[in-house]
Amino acid sequence: MSTRAAQALRHSGDVVCAVRGLTKTYPAVRGRRGTPGTPEVRATDDVRLDIRRGEIFGLLGPNGAGKTTLVRQLTGLMRPDRGSVEILGHDIVRHPERAARILAYLGQESTALDELTVSLAAETTGRLRGLDVRQARAERDAVLDELGLGPLAGRPIKKLSGGQRRLACFAAALVGERPLLVLDEPTTAMDPVARRAVWSAVDRRRAERATTVLLVTHNVIEAETVLDRVAVLDRGRVIACDTPSGLKERVAGEVRVELLWRDRAPLEVPEVAALQDRVVESGRRWTLRLAPEEARAVVATVTGGAAFAALDDFTLATPSLEDVYLALGGAAQQGLVKA
Amino acid sequence: MSVVPAEVLPGSVLAVDETARPAAAELGPRARLWPSLCAVYRAQLSRARVARIPLLFVATFQSIGIMILMRGVVDGGAEAQAVVAGSSVLVVAFVALNLLAQYFGQLRASGGLDHYATLPVPPAAVVLGAAGAYASFTVPGTVVTALFGCVLFGLPVAHLWVLVAVIPLAGAALAGLGAALGLLAPRPELATLLGQLGMSAALLLGVLPADRMPEVVRFARDLLPSTYGVEAFARTFGPHPDWAFVLGDLAVCGVVGVVSLAVATWAYRRAAVR
Repeated sequence: MSTRAAQALRHSGDVVCAVRGLTKTYPAVRGRRGTPGTPEVRATDDVRLDIRRGEIFGLLGPNGAGKTTLVRQLTGLMRPDRGSVEILGHDIVRHPERAARILAYLGQESTALDELTVSLAAETTGRLRGLDVRQARAERDAVLDELGLGPLAGRPIKKLSGGQRRLACFAAALVGERPLLVLDEPTTAMDPVARRAVWSAVDRRRAERATTVLLVTHNVIEAETVLDRVAVLDRGRVIACDTPSGLKERVAGEVRVELLWRDRAPLEVPEVAALQDRVVESGRRWTLRLAPEEARAVVATVTGGAAFAALDDFTLATPSLEDVYLALGGAAQQGLVKA
Repeated sequence: MSVVPAEVLPGSVLAVDETARPAAAELGPRARLWPSLCAVYRAQLSRARVARIPLLFVATFQSIGIMILMRGVVDGGAEAQAVVAGSSVLVVAFVALNLLAQYFGQLRASGGLDHYATLPVPPAAVVLGAAGAYASFTVPGTVVTALFGCVLFGLPVAHLWVLVAVIPLAGAALAGLGAALGLLAPRPELATLLGQLGMSAALLLGVLPADRMPEVVRFARDLLPSTYGVEAFARTFGPHPDWAFVLGDLAVCGVVGVVSLAVATWAYRRAAVR
């Protein structure tokens, strides 16, 4: 986003969360016997973001890009070395304890709730968000009903499947209304029914109360469908921030060609050998990012003649957010995890 | 209160620059100490059904086994009183110190504390709620052990009511210590180790009669908070208990409890925001 747009937003008062120059460095660890040392790591590097009221804002990046570190600083769980975080007018760096009264956080871990029943986990979380017993029970019943968790209410969370457990923790995060939801990979391991329950619960809150959502994900498909805007993180830096379609326009001139060979690439065919240094290879699969006319030529080559005999399958696709990430110079050559 | 708007006061012009921001949004309610303490206590107690009952049996059988062993060495008198009191308080040490240290150590290492740290709940409510629940788990085991010991060694059961004071006070001291160890230990294995060591100390220094011990060990025994619970309980088996001493011992437990729970609360704060 341009600086001018950020300024305009700040004046409009519609920014829920403003992050400026956020930097956190993990110190170097000296190696000990048997364990090699690790160098100093910039987990977040001069991050600047504006999250607007009522939007689903995504943080996308590969493992180790600094998504979780960034979220921990926004939720008051970690102090940054430098920079500011302002949520709904409150300075979270100076008053980290206020974050708990503004936002609900769904972390990746559920150990605090594991041994409770679904119903007690939701009720206790509501009570710890300052609700009285009656309110907490009413909200618990409403949320469990909304997410279809009623039949599981009496089961300990530990005994549920991964996706159900995640849904139960999501339910706990919703009890005790908050204007900002921070969700760290909420739909991991969920089946499509549970995913739909999560997104319709989020949509209802956005429509009724203009709830804002900050979503951490490395699921590219989900990112493309649910996010209003997305910040792409790479090695602690925001390398791009726009709507998913805006980001994809940046690589609109490219097409992704995937070739799956039967057992190995036919390098004896000169046209195939010529592609070898432009390809991202993983086992029998070759991935190429090409201009449309080049792509046509490649497809014509491999679907005819000697190369075709060695070909198992091929696909031609318009770019995804993953291609955007790689085109922007993302460090991880394997790209994002595509679930 | 001044009725002049802040903007027109001299000197405030600098503060209201182009970055004038909208008024800060209203914060959600803060969870008050007692209701949230009760909520944590209730949630922790419910965990007993799932995870703690087998361990309660272990704690009780361990103490009963020790008394049966000691029956061969000790016959009656002050030594028998020390053995029964020590074995009963050992149940408290096993659950409140050892298991609570493990619980908090694991919670901290796995990131489970984030759940509480992102809720507007006072740290004391989390620590006291968990410590209270673990102290409550010890009640049945301690009572069963005390009754069995009285029958085994032929001690009077008239003053067993003193457990009503001994369990919560020794429980507070040992649970506070357990919580502090669990939250301060840099790694969960270390929290487990410290909890086990604390329990072993309570076992060796609490159950074995004190007057057979060398001076150094007796000094270590005086440093251990469970000792005062044991002494208070042991004194009440006598024909004419000296209640002033009993109260004194229990007061030491109470003071250690307050201090260690305060340390645990501080450790929780420290562990929650890194």
